[in-house]
Amino acid sequence: MSKIITSIKSVSVDQVGINDRVSRITARSVKNEAKIHGLKMVLNMIDLTTLEGADTVNKVKQLCYKGMHLHDSYEDLPTVAAICVYPNFVELAKQELKGSGIKVASVATAFPSGNSSLEVKITDTQMAIDGGADEVDMVISRGKFHQGEHNYVFDEIAKIKETCGKNVRLKTILETGELGSLDNVRKASDLALHAGSDFIKTSTGKISPAATLPVTLVMLEAIKDYYYETGIQVGMKPAGGISNAKLALHYLMLVKETLGDKWLTNQWFRFGASSLANDVLMQLEKQRSGVYQSKDYFSKD
Amino acid sequence: MSKKETKLDLKSNWELAPSLESTSHVNLKKEYQLFIGGKWIKPSSGKYFDTNNPATEEKLASIAHGNTKDVDLAVKAARKAYDTNWSKLSGKERGKYIFRIARIMQERAKELAVVETLDGGKPIRESRDIDIPLAANHFFYYAGWADKLEYAFPNRNPKSLGVAGQITPWNFPLLMAAWKIAPALACGNTVVLKPAETTSLTTLLLAEICEQAGLPEGVVNIVTGAGDTGAEIVNHEGIDKIAFTGSTGVGKIIQNAIAGTDKKVTLELGGKAANIVFEDAPLDQAVEGIVNGIFFNQGHVCCAGSRLLVQESVYDIVLRKLKDRMESLIVGNPLDKNTDIGAINSKSQLDTINHYIKLGKEEGAEIYQPEGKLDKKGYWCKPTLFTGVAQSNRIVQEEIFGPVLAIQTFRTIEEAITKANNTPYGLSAGVWTDKGSKIFNMTNQLRAGIVWANTFNKFDPTSPFGGYKESGFGREGGLHGLEAYLKFPS
Repeated sequence: MSKIITSIKSVSVDQVGINDRVSRITARSVKNEAKIHGLKMVLNMIDLTTLEGADTVNKVKQLCYKGMHLHDSYEDLPTVAAICVYPNFVELAKQELKGSGIKVASVATAFPSGNSSLEVKITDTQMAIDGGADEVDMVISRGKFHQGEHNYVFDEIAKIKETCGKNVRLKTILETGELGSLDNVRKASDLALHAGSDFIKTSTGKISPAATLPVTLVMLEAIKDYYYETGIQVGMKPAGGISNAKLALHYLMLVKETLGDKWLTNQWFRFGASSLANDVLMQLEKQRSGVYQSKDYFSKD
Repeated sequence: MSKKETKLDLKSNWELAPSLESTSHVNLKKEYQLFIGGKWIKPSSGKYFDTNNPATEEKLASIAHGNTKDVDLAVKAARKAYDTNWSKLSGKERGKYIFRIARIMQERAKELAVVETLDGGKPIRESRDIDIPLAANHFFYYAGWADKLEYAFPNRNPKSLGVAGQITPWNFPLLMAAWKIAPALACGNTVVLKPAETTSLTTLLLAEICEQAGLPEGVVNIVTGAGDTGAEIVNHEGIDKIAFTGSTGVGKIIQNAIAGTDKKVTLELGGKAANIVFEDAPLDQAVEGIVNGIFFNQGHVCCAGSRLLVQESVYDIVLRKLKDRMESLIVGNPLDKNTDIGAINSKSQLDTINHYIKLGKEEGAEIYQPEGKLDKKGYWCKPTLFTGVAQSNRIVQEEIFGPVLAIQTFRTIEEAITKANNTPYGLSAGVWTDKGSKIFNMTNQLRAGIVWANTFNKFDPTSPFGGYKESGFGREGGLHGLEAYLKFPS
């Protein structure tokens, strides 16, 4: 194993250049048809998430219903991509979403800190899979990463992927807010990519900063290089802090200009978000009617 | 094992809808006169020429063509203003006027940006975010120096020169006028300026702004016209200083013309800059820098990074990334906020660029241009790469002044430096590496007035700009920029 890892040489990242590129992307003006198309894509890419200690059976049920019926007064709206919950709610969510095509994602591996043994993490992952999870969102061991034990991090991801098997897609959360630099984000991305992740994901949403555009760009570039090198397509999921439609469109622009059309589907790009959908719905209604509606016209779940 | 498909699909189905900058706040006159002695006066020849929108080939306005008499009038007005007023004002008072100009430029920024784009063809994104704010910043910056010249040059007794004759190019019309007028005024000189004939409009708006700011009459005079008008300024006896930005060819003519006179001169001429990418560079940001280096302002940039030198070991990946990045560059209507590459400034410049593209092909270089259609009306050129070129290729040696990049490889630092310096020009260069010591090693050895490290085409009023060798001499911007408009009598 370790032999493979030492051969992963991460390209350096220049923060000023990344910020420049991001500001160029955010200057893109997305209007009219392009905006409507983009907003619908955003809805369809959402992993509608609830990860609270206070989660209840009813809350998860409501969330599943919302995921399937975002705003029934607006015709032809897509559903969200997935519902993301803790492992103990996977079975319930699976049942609620039956026949909808919406995936069930579960966080696992001692989420959010990742501070546990590999055995516990595998058991945690297995629990989610046994409940019927289609996707597992794992966290990397940031402590080990900072200690320079990249092999450990690599092996852990590879092991969890092994537990997931072919049919359960693995999203690897780097928790970029704890990584300290864009160079580290790039290194962690490369580790996660080579270790067999199906998606790489920015954040747990439990610490700040969560997802940012610069961090996402660095990760998209890592995905691009991995694709150039291997032909293997890996997805991207920024999560946390993306709560308005405009920002979500900036993210999609970043994807469009970095990776192109192949990634502009919920098979390869997701937003981890709890409150993004309603802002997107408000924007869609605004495009349709020409005026903003009160927040109270949109269900809060 | 068969090679897996790894092509990206960057010509997106998700097309951006048009997002045009409004032009409703712009009221261009049908005819523009000369601005001499604080008044708008008709050219003595009665002649006017058209200024066109290069994106539509439509006429925007008629511009007065100044001749000997007009230039003489302007120089006399400038001399009178210098003798009776401007040179006698305290630095603090001069500074107030310059600050006022800067503020009005900010107030009218949107209008200036739209006119710059209409007249010159550059994308509104650039005129809005770069040209106009930077031009205003130059006035702000030099306004601050006006009353501090003694501190800028302690114990050297700085004195103004008199009347400065200034000739600006068409690639950054307002910005170049700002680079020239702001330090001249701050140092206590008066000015006769001729903008390039294809892009006079924003300079004329700047004259309006000078009026609005209550600048004493004759301190800034604008004489529009073509090369002959410029020659009149250069040759006029009443001029104490020439500041020229333009081609090396014209720069040589100017130097010939003023030989034997005591006119001071600064020349900011052409370039053929090397943008050098090492294997340890942040490659994705380097690619962005390559794009900004050569496709910024359609490549109409004297300091453009028109020669790319890539270390052999990363050549394939850099080229691939660059080609992919070029797929998402939008060429089209300069007024669209999403346009990356606007219109070529004029028919004649487009002909020059096409001549070089043809030449490159004939020389056996391999050409790459992204797919996509160009409008039939207007002057357009796709972003273009040439690979497989040698130092002896003309497209490597000569300044094209368009979106055309010649790409070479190198193995060692020595080879990179040799290739980079092997040009008659010496305006700028770029170095891309993660290693600080390598950057300093390179900057010491590159014969270029500006060396950017891990960035390209970044400008700031506080930073001096100017060239070595045939790229000219003298510096504009920063403290150095003051020196060009001062004398130091012992």
